[in-house]
Amino acid sequence: MNMPATKMDVETATLAGAAAPVVALTPKRPPRSETYARMARETAVRVVPPLVVVALLALMWELVCRRAGSALPPPSKVFRDTKELILDPFFDHGGIDKGLFWHLSASLQRVALGYSLSAIAGIALGVLVGQSVWAMRGLDPLFQVLRTIPPLAWLPLSLAAFRDGQPSAIFVIFITSIWPIIINTAVGIRNIPQDYRNVAAVVQLNPLEFFAKIMIPAAAPYIFTGLRIGIGLSWLAIVAAEMLIGGVGIGFFIWDAWNSSHISEIILALFYVGIIGFVLDRLIAGLGKIVTRGTAQG
Amino acid sequence: MTAYLKLDHIDKVFTRGAASTEVLKDINLTIEKGEYVSIIGHSGCGKSTLLNIIAGLTNATTGGVLLENREVNSPGPDRAVVFQNHSLLPWLTVYENVKLGVDKVFARTKSRAERDAWVMHNLNLVQMAHARDKRPAEISGGMKQRVGIARALAMEPKVLLLDEPFGALDALTRAHLQDSVMALHQKLGNTILMITHDVDEAVLLSDRIVMMTNGPSARIGEVLEVPLVRPRKRLELATNTTYLKCRQRVLEFLYERHRFVEAA
Repeated sequence: MNMPATKMDVETATLAGAAAPVVALTPKRPPRSETYARMARETAVRVVPPLVVVALLALMWELVCRRAGSALPPPSKVFRDTKELILDPFFDHGGIDKGLFWHLSASLQRVALGYSLSAIAGIALGVLVGQSVWAMRGLDPLFQVLRTIPPLAWLPLSLAAFRDGQPSAIFVIFITSIWPIIINTAVGIRNIPQDYRNVAAVVQLNPLEFFAKIMIPAAAPYIFTGLRIGIGLSWLAIVAAEMLIGGVGIGFFIWDAWNSSHISEIILALFYVGIIGFVLDRLIAGLGKIVTRGTAQG
Repeated sequence: MTAYLKLDHIDKVFTRGAASTEVLKDINLTIEKGEYVSIIGHSGCGKSTLLNIIAGLTNATTGGVLLENREVNSPGPDRAVVFQNHSLLPWLTVYENVKLGVDKVFARTKSRAERDAWVMHNLNLVQMAHARDKRPAEISGGMKQRVGIARALAMEPKVLLLDEPFGALDALTRAHLQDSVMALHQKLGNTILMITHDVDEAVLLSDRIVMMTNGPSARIGEVLEVPLVRPRKRLELATNTTYLKCRQRVLEFLYERHRFVEAA
């Protein structure tokens, strides 16, 4: 007598449970001012320590370099000397006498072009090496040797080949940043779990579908590690390459400042180079975060 | 009686350098349409290898697999697999995971709207329609396995291959999912081949239990019919003499005659 009744209860309970609409509970919102206060606190915790350190370093620098006869200018002098450059980055007096914005944008354009090419070629080669054992055996030793060649060692060769500064600089960026992209992509492809390959086999994905639907998403975290190292290296390489090829660009700006003994301008340029390198790195990292969202093992 | 799925003299030898290990030896088995067959054996007896051979993910060294009298030796959606660790693609939602197979299998025969409806139909079968837009990381282990089952079912396989499908789940979830699979088998009449190492699970779910001897050179030691009427109820079977007898037979086979030596 009891048994069926209990069972009925259980069944209705399950049914009701299954049929019940999912109610989204909105947590009670704290007052807005409180939210702002918390956000301000969180920001302060992250921003204040580096600001304090920078201020202390600047103070030390000022104290060390303000003596007469000091080889390097103190921060106060750097600011006085470069005030015009900071306040008006957009002037253009023809030739290479341009504002810092134009120099930086010329460098960034070279990086954008060289880096895009190396991203495309690097991912393609990485997929090949990761997927084919024979490609790996043939190419990997070559890559391991070539990637140790310093970026600037390629420059004379590329100048000889292209007979022009612009494509040579782009080639140097390409050849510098491609290795980590190839190697990381290959590792990512090789680490695709056998399970995913089995799924693809059972579903009978063709090679193109396998590439787009399994390979790239599965290897994306690795690919972005490579891309992130690559962008850092290309920014390192461009400054050096531009010093040698001349023309408009932040690298040559620094070299030119050195030749005219404008030490303050060098310091300002270094400041910009650092900031932009940081922003580029964050940009690729952010892009990676968006693209690889959900690729973590579940 | 014509066999629906036939395993014909399957041998499997793994060769690494000069050393070779014979994993499976002379496996013969015929399975009828609509039958639920379990393969049970100690770990390392090659039962997963056998499933991979049927799925076409591994090739037999000699012998072959016949499905409706045609030899099959490469993977395909007619032998959909539910993998032990669900193997859902983590970057796709529940819906997209099921749709991946549906889009391939029914690319020509179903319109876009029909395919969408078919995906939802299969998610409904396993009671996972509510989680269609969730990613695998956001649902529980049992739910993932449900989606895995929906993905396999949605390909309308001739044989559904289950590779220890409940092995990674806790006991309660496992029981719940076993009931679901039983209900699905009752409703759809699929032919199912399941790998398991759980005696109760094998007896509860199967029409026949294939017991494998220990490897290397594992063979089919014994095949046991489970003459229990369907639908079967877990609670009622606990005291059913036929159930207990079958259970006893399997236990004797596994723990007396073919004890797993390394486990001792």
